[in-house]
Amino acid sequence: MDTNAGLQATASDAVDNRRPIAEFRSVHRHYVMGDNVVKALNGVSVQVREGDYLAIMGRSGSGKSTMLNILGCLDRPTSGQYLVGGRDVSQLDDDALSDVRGREIGFIFQSFNLIPQLTVLENLEVPLFYQNRVGPESRAKAEKLASRVGLGGRLMHKPMELSGGQQQRVAIARALMNDPLFLLADEATGNLDSNTEREILDLMDELRQEGVTIVIVTHNPKVAERADRVLWLKDGVVESLTETERGKSHGASA
Amino acid sequence: MIGDSARTIRLGLKSLMLHKLRSTLTTAGILFGVASVIAMLAVGEGASDESLQRFRALGVTNILLRSTRPPDTQQSTQQSSFQAMAFGLLYSEARRIKNTLPEATVVQVREVPRNVTHGENFKSTIVVGTEPLFLDVANMSIGEGRWLTDTDVLHQSNACVLGASLARTLFPLENPIDQTILAGAEDRFRVVGVLKGQGRAAGPAGTTYDECVFTAISSSRRRFGDEIRTSSGGSFKNERVELHEIKVRVESEQQVQPAAAVLREMLDPAHKQLADLEITVPLELLRDQERQKRMFNLVLAVIASISLLVGGIGIMNVMLATVTERTREIGIRRALGAKKKNIVFQFLVEAAVLSALGGVVGVALGMIVPWGITEFFAQKTIIRPFHVALSFSISAFVGVVFGIYPAWRAANMDPVEALRHE
Repeated sequence: MDTNAGLQATASDAVDNRRPIAEFRSVHRHYVMGDNVVKALNGVSVQVREGDYLAIMGRSGSGKSTMLNILGCLDRPTSGQYLVGGRDVSQLDDDALSDVRGREIGFIFQSFNLIPQLTVLENLEVPLFYQNRVGPESRAKAEKLASRVGLGGRLMHKPMELSGGQQQRVAIARALMNDPLFLLADEATGNLDSNTEREILDLMDELRQEGVTIVIVTHNPKVAERADRVLWLKDGVVESLTETERGKSHGASA
Repeated sequence: MIGDSARTIRLGLKSLMLHKLRSTLTTAGILFGVASVIAMLAVGEGASDESLQRFRALGVTNILLRSTRPPDTQQSTQQSSFQAMAFGLLYSEARRIKNTLPEATVVQVREVPRNVTHGENFKSTIVVGTEPLFLDVANMSIGEGRWLTDTDVLHQSNACVLGASLARTLFPLENPIDQTILAGAEDRFRVVGVLKGQGRAAGPAGTTYDECVFTAISSSRRRFGDEIRTSSGGSFKNERVELHEIKVRVESEQQVQPAAAVLREMLDPAHKQLADLEITVPLELLRDQERQKRMFNLVLAVIASISLLVGGIGIMNVMLATVTERTREIGIRRALGAKKKNIVFQFLVEAAVLSALGGVVGVALGMIVPWGITEFFAQKTIIRPFHVALSFSISAFVGVVFGIYPAWRAANMDPVEALRHE
């Protein structure tokens, strides 16, 4: 694969002054299954800085999902540290982790995961609801973000009344509602046809241009090549961390 | 926080609307529980209030001694046409009671059935011969004119006082005072007063005092004698009764029981054989009634608990199903920053809304049913606001209690697993 042949360029080449957003420091995640210990992650280290667009790839069983869960603060490392915005969150309790998810992370899922009985507007407000920030401002913000993703007129629709691509746009808008440190996308285009996939990836490109930090987990090379860097996982360890063509050009222009 | 709760309640309603039939059926359990509790309490309260009032009207410091016709025997029916059957209380017994209980007020009452007429109007009623103190002991009062006096008793006067409804029957248009009425064939009485209406106040068998005529006991005895001829089943019967009733009023509720014991001891031996005496102690009846009411309330509480328990189980069942169905929603909410307690709150509110809805409709139904009972069965019912509030809050409480486990289960799902749930 092309990306594999890319340079082993990392941020360590030059002094990087950009704010650290998410950082794995030798993260292990072991599951005990009966008598066996499954080492889903076995010492993964990676740093994501502000404005990064990182793709995480790997075959099934490589530890990709585990890494996603820990990145999303849905799971905790068995050992090692995970820093979000410079703060170690690896030992936080459930409530504190919920807060980190609610404030710092914007989730985008493969199956959109909108709440069916709520309207688009209400779906957009869900992340703010858990921070007691629902009000006229959240509504204004939802309207702004809905039009940002091209769904300004659909605020009162139910998710089922929207196409897959539209639903994913709503989900992206929802992920942006809490001004997260980074977007965490899990196969964001896996359920879409190739045209819609392109539209969604274009939208994410635009966001990235606006300075949004994105981490996307995928097995699709077409998705990965939009990123600046690609991290390959294999058997719970980082097999490679490479800069894409695009990343190189970004690096050059930066 | 209030805004949030309102939002959560709205959200709960919305989720319940997703399964209208299921939600409706579930609330039905609570609904009928609440409705039946309110309705039963209303009927119970009404019934016991009615009897409490009746017993109070008899006077809580009174002891009522009544002569009763002995149970018919072969012998007595054979005798009847030749010889008067003597039974009941005697003048001498009244005197003994007065001597034994000097503090008590003792009032003698004679009841003679007569047709009472004035011009075209007549009524078959009872002429009550009694003493002036009767008015106090029976808790009655004069509406117009005057009541009987000691002078009336002394002179065996022809003064009489009419019950309120009898006055209306005999004198629909005229003022009854100073008019003359005829009792039976030949006995004339002059109306000196009319009583205030008593409503359901107790009276001699088959009537209320509102329909009776009152005269001095001495006049009654002189005019009608102690033998009374009654007709029953086509044959005439002569009865000899001196006093139909002796009303004894003691000075306080504390003295009722001892006085009743004394009276029973005094009178039982003479009347045991004929069984021609009935001693009524309104206070005892009142206490019995109160005991019965407590018992009734206890039974009701048990029924209510069972029905609400059943309703609660229904709610728990539905909430468990809901939680399972909405596993993914729970995962999404958790991923978007919901804490466990937010999830618990959400599902608790939903369960509470479910049962409170049942509660609201149940309250409405529970208030309609007693109304219907009053309307169609003429049975008094009383709805106490406290009972309504209690049933409703219990219903909401049941929702919360039975919602706890499903809500707890929802909150403790692994968010990763929940998100993966199909």
